[in-house]
Amino acid sequence: MSRKKLTRRQFVAATAMSSAALITAPYVRGAYAAGKLSIGFWDHWVPDANKTSTDLVNEWAAKEKVEVSIDYITSNNKKIELTVAAEAQAKSGHDILQMYTWWPHAYSEQLEPVNDVVEPAIKQNGEVNGTVKYLGQAAGKWLAVPATPGSQIKGPCTRIDLMKKYAGIDVQEMYPAGAPPKADNWTMETFLKAAEACQKGGFPFGIGLGETTDSVDTAGAIFQSFGAELVNAKGEPTVKTDQVRQALEYYKKLIAFLPPDAPSWDDASNNKWLISGRGALIMNPPSAWAVAKRDAPQVAEQCWTHGFPAGPKGRFAPYLPYYWGLWNFSKNKEAAKSLLTHLSQASSIEKFVSASGGYDLPAYANMTTLKTWAEVEPPKGTLYHYPNPYNHQTLSIAASPAPPKIAQQIYAQAILTKMALRFAQGEKMETTLAWAEGECEGFMRT
Amino acid sequence: MAEVVVQHSRAARTTRARKGGSLHNALRRKSTVAFFLTLPLILLIALLVLYPALYSVHLSTLNKSMQKFVGFGNFTFLFKRETFWMVVKQSCIFAITAVIFKALIGFIVAHFVHNIPAKGQRKWRGMLLVPWVIPPAMSTLAWLWLFDPSYSAFNYTLSFFGIGPIPWLGDAAWARFSVILVNVWYGAPFFMIMYLAALKSVPDQLYEAAAIDGANWWQRIWYVTLPMMRNIIAITTLFSLIVTFANFDIVRILTSGGPLDQTQIFATYAFRVGIESSDIPLGASVSLFMVPILAVAAIFILRDVSKRGNEA
Repeated sequence: MSRKKLTRRQFVAATAMSSAALITAPYVRGAYAAGKLSIGFWDHWVPDANKTSTDLVNEWAAKEKVEVSIDYITSNNKKIELTVAAEAQAKSGHDILQMYTWWPHAYSEQLEPVNDVVEPAIKQNGEVNGTVKYLGQAAGKWLAVPATPGSQIKGPCTRIDLMKKYAGIDVQEMYPAGAPPKADNWTMETFLKAAEACQKGGFPFGIGLGETTDSVDTAGAIFQSFGAELVNAKGEPTVKTDQVRQALEYYKKLIAFLPPDAPSWDDASNNKWLISGRGALIMNPPSAWAVAKRDAPQVAEQCWTHGFPAGPKGRFAPYLPYYWGLWNFSKNKEAAKSLLTHLSQASSIEKFVSASGGYDLPAYANMTTLKTWAEVEPPKGTLYHYPNPYNHQTLSIAASPAPPKIAQQIYAQAILTKMALRFAQGEKMETTLAWAEGECEGFMRT
Repeated sequence: MAEVVVQHSRAARTTRARKGGSLHNALRRKSTVAFFLTLPLILLIALLVLYPALYSVHLSTLNKSMQKFVGFGNFTFLFKRETFWMVVKQSCIFAITAVIFKALIGFIVAHFVHNIPAKGQRKWRGMLLVPWVIPPAMSTLAWLWLFDPSYSAFNYTLSFFGIGPIPWLGDAAWARFSVILVNVWYGAPFFMIMYLAALKSVPDQLYEAAAIDGANWWQRIWYVTLPMMRNIIAITTLFSLIVTFANFDIVRILTSGGPLDQTQIFATYAFRVGIESSDIPLGASVSLFMVPILAVAAIFILRDVSKRGNEA
C-alpha cells in the first residue's frame, strides 16, 4: 500500500488556496448561509411599526440562517446622530444603521457602497426622486439604501372647516381623494391671503420659526419656490440674489400672521397647535393627525394632508428621506446586503407603509399609490395626496442644491429661518444677507 | 588594609538588608496603602476624564474630514466667526449672572435656615435641597412646560392679572432670563447647603464679642460672618462657575440655543457644530475654548484661598 507524501511546498500552496477561497467566497444566499448581523433601526413612533420591521428581519434571518440582533434607537434628542457619530469614530457597532437625510454624505468615507442593492430595487420599484439621489449618492455610488420607515413629506395638514370658513378655500376640492389635484390657484399669494384670513379669524397657521427641522424644512420649500439658493450646486455662495430677497420679503409678510411665539417652536409645537384646535394649518407629516385621531377625534376628522403652494419658480415640498447605511467595517457585508435587498422588496415596503398608518413614504415612484393612503380615515382620503401620487410638486430638502456637506450645516444651523426672523424683526435686508453669506462661507471648510 | 575590606563587606551586607526591608516598609507606610486604595479611582479618572480630554485636544487639531493635522487652524477659524464671539459673550453672561444669583440666594436662604430652631431645620434643609437632587434634565422638562410657547402655565396665571402673554422662550431677552432662572433654581440649593455648613462652623463667641462691642446686624455680617466664610464662598463659586460654564442640559432642553442663537452657550454650540453639523473637530475646539477661561478663574480663586490659608 503506497502512501502519497505531502511536500512542504504542496502544503503551503494548498493552505494559501483554501484561505484565498474562504476570503473571496461570495456570500451564498442559501439555506446554510450563517453569521451574525447587528442592526440599528430608527425607533418608530407608531407603536406597531417596530414589530413589522422585526418580523421582516426575522423572516429573512430564518431563511438565511443568520443570527440577527436589532436595536431600536430613538431620534429624540439626536440619539441616532450621536450613535452614528460614535460608531463612525469607534469603527465598531452595528453592521446596518438607519440614518437620515445628511448622514450618508457626512460619513460617506465609512459607508460601504450599496449599488448592488439599490439599482435592482430601482429596477423593480421605479425611479427615485432627485432628493433621494442628492442625499444618498456620491459620484455614482449609492452610499446607503433608501429606507421606507421614517421617510416623510412635511406638506400642509389643513383644517378643512377652518380653511373653508375663514379663507374660503375647499382643500378637499383642491386635492380630491382618488383624483389629480386641481391646485393651480394654490400659490404662495393664495397661501399668504389664507394665512391672514385665518389669523384674523383667531386660528393662525402653525408654522415654526425655530431652529429644529420642521421650521427649517418649511423655510427650505418656500425659499426654493422663489428659486432662492444660499449656496449653489458648485459650492459658490449665492446669498445676495434677487430670489433670496424676494423669499425674505415674502417670509416677512407671512411672519406677521404667524403665532407671536413661533420663534421658540420646536418640532412638537406645531403638532400641539393642530391637535389643540388652535390653528388652521401646519406643515407636518401625518403624525399630528394620527395623534389627533386618538386624543382629539373631532380635530382629526377635519384634517386634510395635501400639496404645498407654488411659488414663482415652482411647487416644492419638504421631503426627508431615511436610509439604511452599511458600515465598511461590518464583518458580514454580504448578509447585510441580502437583508437590505429583502427590506427593499415591494412586499416589504407595503408592510412598512401599512404598519405606520401611511406615515412612512417609499422612495420609489411605483410605490406612491398603495391602498393604505386611500383607505385611512377619518375623513376618508385624508392622506391620499400625502405621498405626492401625481408628482405635481418637487420633493426637495432645505439648503439643496448646495453640496451636501455644506448644505448640512446650513440646515443644522437653521440659517434660513434665522435669516427670515432677523429680517422680519427689523434688520436691514443687506445686513441679513451679509450675515448669511458670512455663515455660508464658514461652512465651506473641508 | 584587611580591616578596610572587612568594613566594606559589612557595609554592603547592611545595604542589602535595608533594600530587602524597604519594600516591606513601603507597603507598611500609610501613604502607600492610601495610594493603592485610590488607584482604582485614579485609573477610572484617567480612563474617563484624562483620555477623553486628551482625545478632544487631538480632535481639535484635525480638519473637518479628520484626515489632516491643522494645528490651531480650528481656533483661528473660530476667532473670525461672529457667532462664536456671540457664544463666548453669552456663556460669560449666563455663567456669571447665574453664579452671582445662586450665591446671593444661597447666602440669604442659608441665613434663614440657620435661624430656624434646630428641631424643624432638618425638614427645611431637605425641602430646599429638592431642586438640586432632581436630575436637571427631568426638572428642566417641567420648566419647559411652564414656559411652553403656546400653553405656558405662567402665562395662564398671569392672564388673571391682565399681564402677558410673555414670550418666555421666543424673545431673546426673556429666553436668556428663563435659562438663567432655571439654572439659579437648580444651583442655589448647593450654595445654600455649603453656606449653611460654613455658618454653623463660625464660633458663637465671635458674635458675642461683636455684640459686646456694639456691632449691628450688618457689621456682624461684614466683619464676622463673611471673613469666616470667605474660603467656602471662593471654592463654591469656583466649582459652580465651572459647572455653569459647562452647562448643557438646561439650555438644550429649554431653547436649543435659540431664538437666533441668543441663548447658545459653549456646550450647546459645540453640540450644534460638532454633532448636528458633523464638524467634530470644530465642536471639540469650541468646547476646549472653555478651558483657558476656567483655568484663569481657577488660578485666581485658588491663589486667594491658599494665600488666606497661609495667613491663617
